[in-house]
Amino acid sequence: MADRPAQLIACHYCDLLQREIPLNPGCTASCSRCGAVLYRNATDSIDRTLAYTLAAAVLFAVANTFPIFSIEVQGDRSAINLYGAVASLWDQEMKSIALLVLITAIVMPAVELISMTYLLLPLKFRRVPPGCALFMRTLRYVEPWGMVEVFMLGVLVSLVKLTSSFKVIPGIALWSFGALTLLLAAVASSFSARDVWARLEQGNKERGEP
Amino acid sequence: MSRLASSAANRMLCSCQVCNLVSRKTQLAYPAHCPRCGTLLHFRRPASVARCWALLIAAYILYIPANLLTIMETGSLFSYRSDTIMSGIVHLWKTGSWMIAVIVFIASVTIPLLKLISLTLLLISVQRRSLWRPRERTRLFRLIELVGRWSMLDIYVVTLLAALVQLGAMATVKAGPGAVAFGAVVVLTMFAAMQFDPRLIWDPLQRKDLHD
Repeated sequence: MADRPAQLIACHYCDLLQREIPLNPGCTASCSRCGAVLYRNATDSIDRTLAYTLAAAVLFAVANTFPIFSIEVQGDRSAINLYGAVASLWDQEMKSIALLVLITAIVMPAVELISMTYLLLPLKFRRVPPGCALFMRTLRYVEPWGMVEVFMLGVLVSLVKLTSSFKVIPGIALWSFGALTLLLAAVASSFSARDVWARLEQGNKERGEP
Repeated sequence: MSRLASSAANRMLCSCQVCNLVSRKTQLAYPAHCPRCGTLLHFRRPASVARCWALLIAAYILYIPANLLTIMETGSLFSYRSDTIMSGIVHLWKTGSWMIAVIVFIASVTIPLLKLISLTLLLISVQRRSLWRPRERTRLFRLIELVGRWSMLDIYVVTLLAALVQLGAMATVKAGPGAVAFGAVVVLTMFAAMQFDPRLIWDPLQRKDLHD
């Protein structure tokens, strides 16, 4: 099974077999047949992604604890944070929707941030974390389900809908979600799985493992 | 193209879906694992077309209640409204928030329809081993992958409003059964897109090249 032809890459979209070529920093290699992105040479991928991830983790905690916004009607005030919204929907017998929001807006982004930190923090100090293949696999399957940016747009649409009938007071989490959206985009664009695998292989070699 | 212009599978090479490593898979019948990350290797996603069809048909069926049933109920002392996806958009448009109406229309109507129709088209063309515009079809698939998640917009809006606006007689917003069906359509089409293997689009081309 396992002899390895060096420097070959197959496009994930059309399976065309190609040779890898060295890239200038910031450049992207795309498939010569279907145009899909094959790999990138992201500058300082590991350092930058780690920095963005840690910043995103702090904002994620803030965004989940503080209220997103509150409304005020004749002295009555009602505020929600993300988890509160999920819990409220669960109580209203909309359990499937509550679960869907819980998974896509809280659990999946959290898993993504934890896995990134678990992988990149040791790698930064030239150590190989145990179970790294498992975490790389997790990252790949989690990625399509974290929908913080869609949630952010949902917050903005609700805001506009609410302003027509209530006095709306924006909360701290609203700004945190905005910044979190940008940081997660930065994480996604600076992360390069290819660099991580290269570093992992190098680390294993140094420790004398196959 | 160069001597290398061949699909990896043609040369018994298999690319790992997780770490992209290309390795040789010689015994077709036995399961093989990626030497670098241990993921199970497949030349093509197993039963891709059948699974994708199953999820897609389920999505088509649920698309009907998603559009006909109430997605959100708004009630207060003076008024009561129950909105489906479409009537909610029309209401937004009429009350002057036409920007928001357009955004919600794109996320809740255009994108789900685009996904359902495009996946059907891709599946039929793959089953007929069509040679028609493989590059454009691959691009269409990438587009579906990219925009699919944005249909969750309405689910988030309903969640936020239903959780926040609970002021008893003053104003109350409730999520309706349409929201459950719509959420299911979004999730099912996302799973369907994940099951579809775009490399199948290119396989007929490859075989033809081999025979010529």
